[in-house]
Amino acid sequence: MRRAVIAFTAFMGGLILVFLAGASTAWAEGEEVRGTLRLQGQPVQGVKITVTSDADAPVGDATTGADGTWSVPIEKAGSYKVTLDQATLPAGKALRDPNRGTLTVQVFEGNARNVLFGLVDANAPPKGQDGGGGGSSYWDRVAQLVFEGLNLGLIIALGAVGLSLIFGTTGLTNFAHGELLTIGAFLAFFFNTVLGLHLLVAAPIALVIAAAFGWGQDRFFWGQLRRRKTGLISMMIISIGLALFLRALLLFLFGGGGESYDQYVAQAGIQIGPISATPKSLIAMGIEIAVLIAVGLALTYTRLGKATRAVADNPALASSSGINVDRVIRIVWAAGTCIAALAGILLGTTQNLNFQMGQQILLLMFAGVTLGGLGTAYGALVGSLVVGMFVQVSTLWIPPEMKTIGALVVLIIVLMVRPQGILGRRERIG
Amino acid sequence: MDWTLIISRAVEAGIGSEAIIYALAAIGLNVQFGYTGLLNFGQAGFLAIGAYSIAVTVATFGLPFFLGVGIGLLLAAVLALLLGIPTLRLRADYLAIVTIAAAEIVRLVVRSVALSDTFGGTDGLQAFSGSFYDMNPYPPGEYGIPPIIGFDNRSMWVLTVGWVLVAIASFILFMAMKSPWGRVLKAIREDEDAVRSLGKNVFSYKMQALVIGGVIGSMAGFIFALSRSAVQPDLYSTDLTFYAYTVLILGGAARILGPIVGSMLFWLLLILIGTGLENAVNTGTITFITVNQVGAIRLMLVGLGLILLLIYRPQGIFGDKREISLDAR
Repeated sequence: MRRAVIAFTAFMGGLILVFLAGASTAWAEGEEVRGTLRLQGQPVQGVKITVTSDADAPVGDATTGADGTWSVPIEKAGSYKVTLDQATLPAGKALRDPNRGTLTVQVFEGNARNVLFGLVDANAPPKGQDGGGGGSSYWDRVAQLVFEGLNLGLIIALGAVGLSLIFGTTGLTNFAHGELLTIGAFLAFFFNTVLGLHLLVAAPIALVIAAAFGWGQDRFFWGQLRRRKTGLISMMIISIGLALFLRALLLFLFGGGGESYDQYVAQAGIQIGPISATPKSLIAMGIEIAVLIAVGLALTYTRLGKATRAVADNPALASSSGINVDRVIRIVWAAGTCIAALAGILLGTTQNLNFQMGQQILLLMFAGVTLGGLGTAYGALVGSLVVGMFVQVSTLWIPPEMKTIGALVVLIIVLMVRPQGILGRRERIG
Repeated sequence: MDWTLIISRAVEAGIGSEAIIYALAAIGLNVQFGYTGLLNFGQAGFLAIGAYSIAVTVATFGLPFFLGVGIGLLLAAVLALLLGIPTLRLRADYLAIVTIAAAEIVRLVVRSVALSDTFGGTDGLQAFSGSFYDMNPYPPGEYGIPPIIGFDNRSMWVLTVGWVLVAIASFILFMAMKSPWGRVLKAIREDEDAVRSLGKNVFSYKMQALVIGGVIGSMAGFIFALSRSAVQPDLYSTDLTFYAYTVLILGGAARILGPIVGSMLFWLLLILIGTGLENAVNTGTITFITVNQVGAIRLMLVGLGLILLLIYRPQGIFGDKREISLDAR
């Protein structure tokens, strides 16, 4: 066991070294107000931002740099007014709401406070004010939200399939699964932005490393714990420790700000019927659907897939009928991590990369898995799509910031009514 | 390296408000997880309910402080009931997922823009602790043992109230766990079916443990809000729950002193390492990291500590390995 821990530590250490080689970190120092000015993912340079105290005493000013960032250090916590000088905005760019050029913010002790100014393209007509009858634009919105829900649901499904298969084969509720998404996204970021490879090259390399990481995680860590007969609850709490560790490691290496890939950042949307979508999100959805179908077919028709389902059903029986249970579990870990990493990379093309991005959808993955039935791969797929769709479509009735709440409430209600989920079987709830 | 400063900060953290907050949160978890074997991963939600009850009652509605305390205790009990009804009959990890989801719901509700008139949005609420500090018997000044320990009179008041709460909660728990009621809880942890076959209502006992633990958690929320004179939604994220678990397992689950010693030691070590590294970076002793990366290193150590504790010493400092049943049923 000790040897295994040393090996695992060395493996993690190696990863750290790989990252350290070129990781760039931009950290704020002490109390300050700061922000990044972006329009459609592109930084906006040369905009003057002034900070004054609540009593209008000047504190300092800053001009956004080439990467759109600005920061003004302040001496003590308190309430400050942050003003964006609208005369310095480049031509064609304007504040989304011209009346919100001055924002009052609270800065707490020892905290850096992020201030966001919403920008719009002054040349483009403002969104959401085009004509059209009330009825048709409502259904346009429904169609758009269903599309976005499908998009989110597919990402959740990619994460959830691995989560569910790992649960099915080992009984582990892996709280570190969200971090596997984040690791995938940042591995691709490392090869893409730091080493300068095109994302189409960087992503496959990242997937291979992620698969190796998943394999290694089981070979040197979880597999050893299973051999020690560590209890499932212990393993669950260990996975929380691992999640904390991996997240902090990513924070250490890449900083707390948002990052983005070099390619496919800003794309003009295209209109398909009532839906407006970027080409990259359509391609991402294509990849996601293809991968999910491939996983489904592999589980149903290949020998390995059948073995996986047999192990998930009854490990002892599978073992006695000649299936190498440890090998199956290891492949499940590798494949699950690889698919989760793919989800992370695809998520990274549509939103900023952040060390918390995986953690933020972990609960949605749990919701999807529980809804579909713990331990069943197909259930996880269906459940995730339902959850993604529900999250997006619910914004028709509730504020967008509360959309996650709806999904979590549904999760709790499902557990009350049908704890085994849509496709689960009653015996699994124990 | 300014060793006086480093040791002073560490010792102050070890007996300061952080240690109290996490000790209370972990005592609540101890009732649920340590004694009864229930996995509550939503303790942060109970703390948030306690903290926001005081803040909203006083700052938003202008009602008396003690009404806020009462509402906090009541709401924590109600939340525990709501969570327990659907999940206590199911397997342990269902309770874990539901409680973690519930804690996130609480946090997302109080930080939402739509309800910011009531809860203050992401900035939270301030100006609600006046009547608490009006009761402060300590005259202004510095208290402590210079040069190591020094608190102002406001902190002294928080520390006094906080440690008295910890002592009361621990004493009640000590008496309760020696009673037949406590033995039933421990028996449920060891073998639920055996207890059921003896005619005990397992569901009811589990529910009582969940409610008591949640109410103690809301007390931790009171101290959290009052010690900072402010509430901020993102302080009540799931990480808080997991730190409380680390504290509990470090000290030893199913032991009265476990959460208390665990919390003091956790904060002593965390601040010792954090301030030490910060100091080393500032004075140029360590050059390859920046001051802000120290925070990330601290977090990594918490995660690593939790992993290593569970692998090599799941019983923590005081616990008994045979008694710690860390297995799903």
